[in-house]
Amino acid sequence: MSIMSYNGGALVAMVGKNCVAIASDKRLGVQLMTVSTEFPKMYQATEKSYVGFAGLATDSQTLSERLRFKINMYRLREEREIEPKTLSNMISSTLYEKRFGPYFVEPVVAGLNKKNEPFICVMDVIGCLNEADDFVVSGTSSQSLYGMCESLWEPDLEPEDLFETISQALLNSIDRDCLSGWGALVHIITPERVITRTLKGRQD
Amino acid sequence: MDCLLGIVGKDFVLTATDTSAARSITVMKKTEDKSRNLNKHIIMLYAGEPGDTVHFAEYVQRNVRFYEIKNGIELTPEAASKFTRRELANSLRSRKPYSVNLLLAGYNVKTEVPQLYWIDYLGSSVEIPFGAHGYGAYYCLSIMDRYHHPELTLDEAKVLIKKCIDELKTRFTMNLADFKIKVSDKDGIREITV
Repeated sequence: MSIMSYNGGALVAMVGKNCVAIASDKRLGVQLMTVSTEFPKMYQATEKSYVGFAGLATDSQTLSERLRFKINMYRLREEREIEPKTLSNMISSTLYEKRFGPYFVEPVVAGLNKKNEPFICVMDVIGCLNEADDFVVSGTSSQSLYGMCESLWEPDLEPEDLFETISQALLNSIDRDCLSGWGALVHIITPERVITRTLKGRQD
Repeated sequence: MDCLLGIVGKDFVLTATDTSAARSITVMKKTEDKSRNLNKHIIMLYAGEPGDTVHFAEYVQRNVRFYEIKNGIELTPEAASKFTRRELANSLRSRKPYSVNLLLAGYNVKTEVPQLYWIDYLGSSVEIPFGAHGYGAYYCLSIMDRYHHPELTLDEAKVLIKKCIDELKTRFTMNLADFKIKVSDKDGIREITV
């Protein structure tokens, strides 16, 4: 039994043309038993950025609450919204603070900066930042997700095409993973708005 | 092994707990109430390490009551569940963590919506339409999957919970004694029989 696969979950983020997409499955389980089918792993950090946490659910919830506090304090002090890159570094520091007793989560950050340039990155449990210009994956089906994303992704996808790509990458990966699934939630972040769609996949 | 069950209906939450208090091969008591009323509309069912359970449940009960005395307003089930979750999450990395699994059932008087939260000993919390803790979950969740729907009436819920209890009596190896069944709705919390 691995701590990172106790609750299960899958996360993916992709870069498109002036947009980013982030998607996760909706399962919460306790090892083999499914407890809830309405547990998406993503939280809205700011108007144009989302953070997702794959791994242990309790740490995912604790971190999202702590981050909400830090983002609000940043906004009060700086009188502006935090940029995705800064947010990722903040999460990275938060995780490294617990270097010898870590939070068991692998976060994914996806957002648009103030110039509407896309940004995505993934981290490990102790905050090692891994920025990418194509896609990032995290969770129990990360290996399948790498394969799907590598084959389906291409640069400069428009928001609707990016939605199709990220949806197919996620759905087909989680179908092969017993600990992820029960549908998916996708957020597509564009300069004008955030489009949220729920996918109905294999309900098992 | 303690069994906690919870079902959300149209405008109420139905909860059931077994009433057997046993240690190893001996049954000490068959009329144990494994719940605490946090306020007029929220009931919290607990299961887990003996001692930790009652201690933690009463700690949450007192803090919820304190909040109400201090602020003059009833805590919503969502707020109570977030407080409880945070306490368990903090306890997880302390010297001796609480080992308590909970079902928090309540009626939100402001939004007039019944809510049920599943909280485990690690501090994960999720809102669910129906759920269970313990070995009973392996038997009862599938029955609830089959017969539950969002517009469940109280009579239908009683039939459903009876199906779950009967299944445990038939297929679960331990004798779980009687079940204590309570309902939380806009009028408060009351015990019922099925």
